[in-house]
Amino acid sequence: MRKMINSNATEVALIGVLLLIGIFLSLSTDRFLTLGNVFDLLNTSAVNIIFAVGLLVVLIAGGIDISFAVAASVVQYITALALGAIGGGNWAIGLIIAGSVGILFGAFNAFFIHYFRIISIVVTIATFNIYFGMLMFLTGGVSIYDLPDWLVTPVILFEHQAANGSWSEITLPSLIMVGCVLATWLLITRTTTGRQIIAFGDNPEGARRFGINIAAMQFIAFGWLGLMSGIAGLVQAHYVQEVVPNALYGRELDVLAAVVLGGARLGGGRGTVLGCVLGVLLISVTQNGLNLLGVSPYAFKMIIGAIILAAITLSNTGLERLLPVFANKGEAK
Amino acid sequence: MSADASLNVSGPAPVLSLRNISKTFGGVKALDKVDFEVLPGEVHCLAGENGSGKSTLIKIITGVYQPEPGAEIIYDGRTYTQMSPVIAQAEGIQVIWQDLALFPEMTVAENIAFQSVLGRRPRLVSYSKMRKIALEALSRLGVEMDVDKPLRDFPIAQRQIVAIARALTGEAKLVFMDEPTASLTQSETDYLLDIVRMLSDAGVAVVFVSHRLAEVLEISHRLTVLRDGKLEGVYPTTDLTQSRITELMTGKSFDNVVRATPKPDVKPVIELRNLSRAGEFSDISFTVGQGETVGITGLLGAGRTELAETLFGMRKPSSGEIVLDGASVKFSNNREAIDAGVAYLSEDRLSLGLLQPQSIADNLVIASLDGIRDGVFLSERRKNEVVSEWCRDLGVKIGLPEDAISTLSGGNQQKVAIAKWLATNPKLLILDAPTVGVDVGARKGIFDIVAKLAESGLAIILISDEVPEVYFNADRVLHMVNGRAAGWFSPNECTLQEIEAAVYA
Repeated sequence: MRKMINSNATEVALIGVLLLIGIFLSLSTDRFLTLGNVFDLLNTSAVNIIFAVGLLVVLIAGGIDISFAVAASVVQYITALALGAIGGGNWAIGLIIAGSVGILFGAFNAFFIHYFRIISIVVTIATFNIYFGMLMFLTGGVSIYDLPDWLVTPVILFEHQAANGSWSEITLPSLIMVGCVLATWLLITRTTTGRQIIAFGDNPEGARRFGINIAAMQFIAFGWLGLMSGIAGLVQAHYVQEVVPNALYGRELDVLAAVVLGGARLGGGRGTVLGCVLGVLLISVTQNGLNLLGVSPYAFKMIIGAIILAAITLSNTGLERLLPVFANKGEAK
Repeated sequence: MSADASLNVSGPAPVLSLRNISKTFGGVKALDKVDFEVLPGEVHCLAGENGSGKSTLIKIITGVYQPEPGAEIIYDGRTYTQMSPVIAQAEGIQVIWQDLALFPEMTVAENIAFQSVLGRRPRLVSYSKMRKIALEALSRLGVEMDVDKPLRDFPIAQRQIVAIARALTGEAKLVFMDEPTASLTQSETDYLLDIVRMLSDAGVAVVFVSHRLAEVLEISHRLTVLRDGKLEGVYPTTDLTQSRITELMTGKSFDNVVRATPKPDVKPVIELRNLSRAGEFSDISFTVGQGETVGITGLLGAGRTELAETLFGMRKPSSGEIVLDGASVKFSNNREAIDAGVAYLSEDRLSLGLLQPQSIADNLVIASLDGIRDGVFLSERRKNEVVSEWCRDLGVKIGLPEDAISTLSGGNQQKVAIAKWLATNPKLLILDAPTVGVDVGARKGIFDIVAKLAESGLAIILISDEVPEVYFNADRVLHMVNGRAAGWFSPNECTLQEIEAAVYA
């Protein structure tokens, strides 16, 4: 048991904190622990979780990407226009278009990172500006409200009416999210490709000497994030029933913080899908709780920033160094 | 030249035979028409100073580099004009790289069974198969390890074992070990050498590259010496001594002589009175006088480095007293120790002692910036004066002072590290494992400097786990065991073997 806790310390800690917050909120508000609120949380977190598992793969491969959220906005536009051009389409066609365009954006980043040996943060800062600038310039900041009917109609997978007559529902975004989470989990834990990505992120020179195809690793990692952000873009458009050019602007840092909170290491090699999902959930639950407690929305960002800082300090330092009582005899070197 | 060329005629066919291997990098001949041969099941040592072409040769055999035309590689009865990493691995040539090339975030099982994760086509990973491969490889080595734990949880010696186990997962016929003992303690090294013998008994040929000549003599059957990219010769190790190998590698002869001289009435520089630090060392008392060199040896974990760091103000003693120049001192950090005249050359030169990407000049003056100040700002002119002065005094061979320190050989880097501390004008110089990663030829240069410094009146504490280094270069030798002073030796009055017997007992 102790061994399991040690090797999954981040996940265990996150579950613990989530439970604490959950218990506190259930006792202090009467809305938190209702089916409706839990389903709401799931539906609203879906887009961020899809982004997060995509970003996780890039972080594991030792890269970083801050362009994926605005890339998703571009994907929304292109997909909406393409669907209009072919006269409507359906969910399958929409996902294929959004996913493929997303992969192209990811591959564009990977191309510069691999062939010109530019570090990923620099490349993606540049593409972040290119994508967003291009989008605002070409659209003139105009939103699209005229989306196909199938895209703006909520798809209810499960519903339940409470005694007081209010409905709670699980909608399509949650299902797509679960699919993306499972697919990412399969990729990084169950396929040789995924393990090679981890090895590459962990020790690039070692991976090279063992004949791992480095170019393939970069393209797969960034392509996977592209795929996920394309899907997330479509799901977000579906959820809000419109395409707004700056709707996802700034989302990249929220997602990045959540993934790092979930134990992924900037620098590569470390990170789990479970931790990543828990990281996003912890932030959503906190936000939801602050909402229910009637805290001013202006305070949200501040509180969430403080939580991230505290969590990352703890996971980097370990309790025994913050609380010298538990410290080993002698000093660490 | 080749001492045993005639012996091979009737012997078994070599598993690997290289003819006429040349390789040029940017006009410099790294290898010049080198021949190299390994017999099945043989432990063969490849010796040579840094830059003699050992690594280039290994990289050609494993397909990382391609040789120049005219080369011939005969491996396992087949002739190749060149190798590729894929062919080499598939045909049972394995390398344990000096930096191990392991994946710390992955489990032990994955690290060992890595080749099975390497399928050219993507496929599903079988963790049970990887565990099986890993456990099998470890049991061949007679080792038990928790294969499900990430590698980062294990110390370097265990990681070395993992690297070896990985090399054994394929049908290895020929294993290269590049400096496998560089970061191991004596008992870990002994264990590794046992493994090498076991491989050899099982018919696997092992090519061993090591700076530690004692090991070379202990383990190898034959020795190929490279010097400046050329084959110097092939010798059976039975007829060789350490000093003979050094001679072959460097082309110069070194006679080790005991440098210890009695120094009866020297003025004490530092005095330790019952110095202890809980859990690390206890009750250590000795005096080092002006011009005296005191050697400290003992196995890893004996508390040598901890003691040195305490004298240098990086750790605080829990009891006892340090008297420096007649006054009791209590350092609260190493800045105070430096100011009081204590200099400490760290055992880990690569990561702690020198700032690798920075220039030679900047590294040299980093601990003595006050000395090159001109008013508020640092003076570039004074810096250059200081640098050229030290490089001349210590015989450091450098290109430009602006070159990165990483462009220097290990020996010259170490001299810069010593110069860095001498520039602080110390009274006491503590040298912790000063020859790690330094060529045999350059080692002598370092000890020459140490002797000269002692002559000029510096008090020196020389810490090393290689007993000959303290035996030949110190006036008195302290043997530490588990943090205690186990005994004192005078090199003038005892033999090297007596100290070694005590240390490795």
